[in-house]
Amino acid sequence: MGERLHGKLERTAVGFMLAIVVAGSVGGIVEIAPLFTIHETVEDAPDMRLYTPLETAGRDIYVREGCYACHSQMIRTLRDEVERYGPYSLAVESKYDHPMLWGSKRTGPDLARIGGKYSDLWHVAHLINPRDVVPESNMPSYRWLATTQLELSDLGGHLAALRAVGVPYTDEMIASAAADAYGQSNPDSDQSSGVTERYGDATEVSAFDGVKNTVTEMDALVAYLQVVGRLTKAAYENTAAPEQMPDPNN
Amino acid sequence: MGQLTTGEREFASVILVVLMILGIAMAVAGRFDPMGVHGGMVFLYSGGLFWWILTSFFGKEPDAVRFSSYYDDPIKVGVALTLFWAVFGMFFGVWAAAQLAWPSLNFDTAWSSFGRIRPVHTTGVIFGFGGNALIATSFHVVQRTSRARLADQLSPWFVVFGYNLFCLIAVSGYFMGVTQSKEYAEAEWYADIWLVVVWVAYFVLFVRTLARRKEPHIYVANWYYLAFIIVVAILHIVNNLAVPASFGHAKSYTVWSGVQDAMVQWWYGHNAVAFFLTAGFLGMLYYYLPIRAQRPIFSYRLSILSFWGITFFYMWAGSHHLHYTALPLWVQNLGMTFSVMLLVPSWASAGNALLTLNGAWHRVRDDATLRFIMMAAFFYGLSTFEGSFMAIRAVNSLSHYTDWTVGHVHAGALGWVAMITFGSFYTLVPSIWKRERMYSSTLVEVHFWLALIGTLIYVFAMWNSGIIQGLMWRTYSPDNTLVYSFVDSLLAMYPYYIARAFGGLLFLLGAIVASYNIWMTVRTVPATVTATSDAPLPSGIYGAAPSPAE
Repeated sequence: MGERLHGKLERTAVGFMLAIVVAGSVGGIVEIAPLFTIHETVEDAPDMRLYTPLETAGRDIYVREGCYACHSQMIRTLRDEVERYGPYSLAVESKYDHPMLWGSKRTGPDLARIGGKYSDLWHVAHLINPRDVVPESNMPSYRWLATTQLELSDLGGHLAALRAVGVPYTDEMIASAAADAYGQSNPDSDQSSGVTERYGDATEVSAFDGVKNTVTEMDALVAYLQVVGRLTKAAYENTAAPEQMPDPNN
Repeated sequence: MGQLTTGEREFASVILVVLMILGIAMAVAGRFDPMGVHGGMVFLYSGGLFWWILTSFFGKEPDAVRFSSYYDDPIKVGVALTLFWAVFGMFFGVWAAAQLAWPSLNFDTAWSSFGRIRPVHTTGVIFGFGGNALIATSFHVVQRTSRARLADQLSPWFVVFGYNLFCLIAVSGYFMGVTQSKEYAEAEWYADIWLVVVWVAYFVLFVRTLARRKEPHIYVANWYYLAFIIVVAILHIVNNLAVPASFGHAKSYTVWSGVQDAMVQWWYGHNAVAFFLTAGFLGMLYYYLPIRAQRPIFSYRLSILSFWGITFFYMWAGSHHLHYTALPLWVQNLGMTFSVMLLVPSWASAGNALLTLNGAWHRVRDDATLRFIMMAAFFYGLSTFEGSFMAIRAVNSLSHYTDWTVGHVHAGALGWVAMITFGSFYTLVPSIWKRERMYSSTLVEVHFWLALIGTLIYVFAMWNSGIIQGLMWRTYSPDNTLVYSFVDSLLAMYPYYIARAFGGLLFLLGAIVASYNIWMTVRTVPATVTATSDAPLPSGIYGAAPSPAE
């Protein structure tokens, strides 16, 4: 019977095609569609702040240089990971990440809680030549970031595109994106107060690469690295047990 | 080109002129952005092809005799492009592997740093090498098994050249830092849109050719090619939905975010492996294995079971990449369950292949080409077992994020994908160029051993390094503190990274040997007397009446 049925099916290209579409769609629909509809998928975090324009630019550089290929940003609910890196990652922490950068490989350590762990200076030294601060490192050096000026004029467009996909940037944020990027990396400038007004007092304003009056790609990348894992404190406040209790013998 | 009708030449010219205009538009709109460079490339690429068309534009019309033969010219070009991308992609793989051991090998330049050449390697081998091999062999297989010529002359060229334009834009983009960072889908929005156009043309051509078939049944290999074409289209479109920063920017932001993006990405990523790197290549296996072994496939029922099992189960399995993450637990568990069940249809195909060889082992011994196909089936079985095993939560907690995963995908990529491709090519090349044999069977033998030893060194190095890495990360001292720092585990990796680069180098050498051998076959081996059997059945013999094969 089954074979007769299949005998018929494999005589019609269109029927066979439709059968493939049906068989191939079920899994994706069952697993993906609910993630957008049930509210348990992503926790609430009222204190969640947005990436500033400078941090967004830094994130784009992180993507551009393929950092995600060696560094994950997802601490799993396993005891050794929590002890090594910090509280396990929550879904809400990457709520504004288009795309997510969870990664799949750790040639270098996880970066989900890198923000605030080292000084700006350390990051700059590390990016200029990783082996100056970690002799065993096999990370490439990114010295050109320090001498490449960041393109400020199109930051507003980037924020607008992010708003189009669901990040709640206001018109004001989009309009002042370039000024905010300048202000965040030049603490003494007139523009620096605007950043903290728009993005919250927790926003770090600093001459990230140590050079004032310029905004380099190094400024942007360090600003991003310093905010990774610090958009919300939810992971630190969430005291509920992990879904999978880590096995102490692991 | 001589086989294009005047109408087809005109249509091709129109397409190319439109592409040239698009190229200019991209160059102007993206003049401050890498997109401008891509605009220039599109213009030159389509301009070059346009010039080629013009040179024979007023040539004489092809005569109707062409319908009495299969249309193999696009396949020949596809074979050449496959070999180019193989050597190119594997070269960058060896280079990237070497950089992990000796980081200064990027020579302090942006374009050659690990993060940029890694996608050059993956796209080069998966889409450049694998994709061209799939397109070329699918054109070959669908014609022979349908006993019908490709539906027209223009669309195969559109598919081959259009697809390679996509690969070119993608790969050149990574050097400039153009990437959307989704694994196996790094190309940016305009390349993605272009790929959809090409893919629809590929699909339409394939189905139209199937519709012309003179055999009542659709041959098994075509089921796999069809599933590959359809599902890859679905995956590609859903995963790559994005909003560009502006129409003058290469940069875009994907519409999915965070946990949903992770799920979509791995639904895509795992099934890129399933439908691009497995289903498509199973199409090759189901056609070239019986041909080369000169035996029918072992079991038709196993073929059916395997095909529908793979098509249905695989689409559930992606979420096992996200064990212990912020993805809801029920989705992780579904992914694990289906990944384990997937072993059944996978081994049905691997077993079907190996059992087909039962009784032909003397051929396996004497024929390195058949040995390539047998090794491919063996590695297919091995990788799918390993895949199901690694999807188990406890195993995954150790293997994920480590080199074990890299070793696993390369056992599949080198052992299965590349070996089945080379086995198929050594069968296909003498056939479409009408040569009596390959230029040198010794070189096929040399290639086989280079490929096998290279794969084994690579995979064993990565298994060792991955498991050591995973164990070091979770080793506790008796007083309950972590024993090793991250850097300790990195230091332990160096010898394995060197071994891996060496294994990859052997594999690359094998690909170079293959290219030389195929080149010399085309150039120097005498042609066979025309094989009359290798021709499509004239249309109208069976008409609409029930076919005599029933």
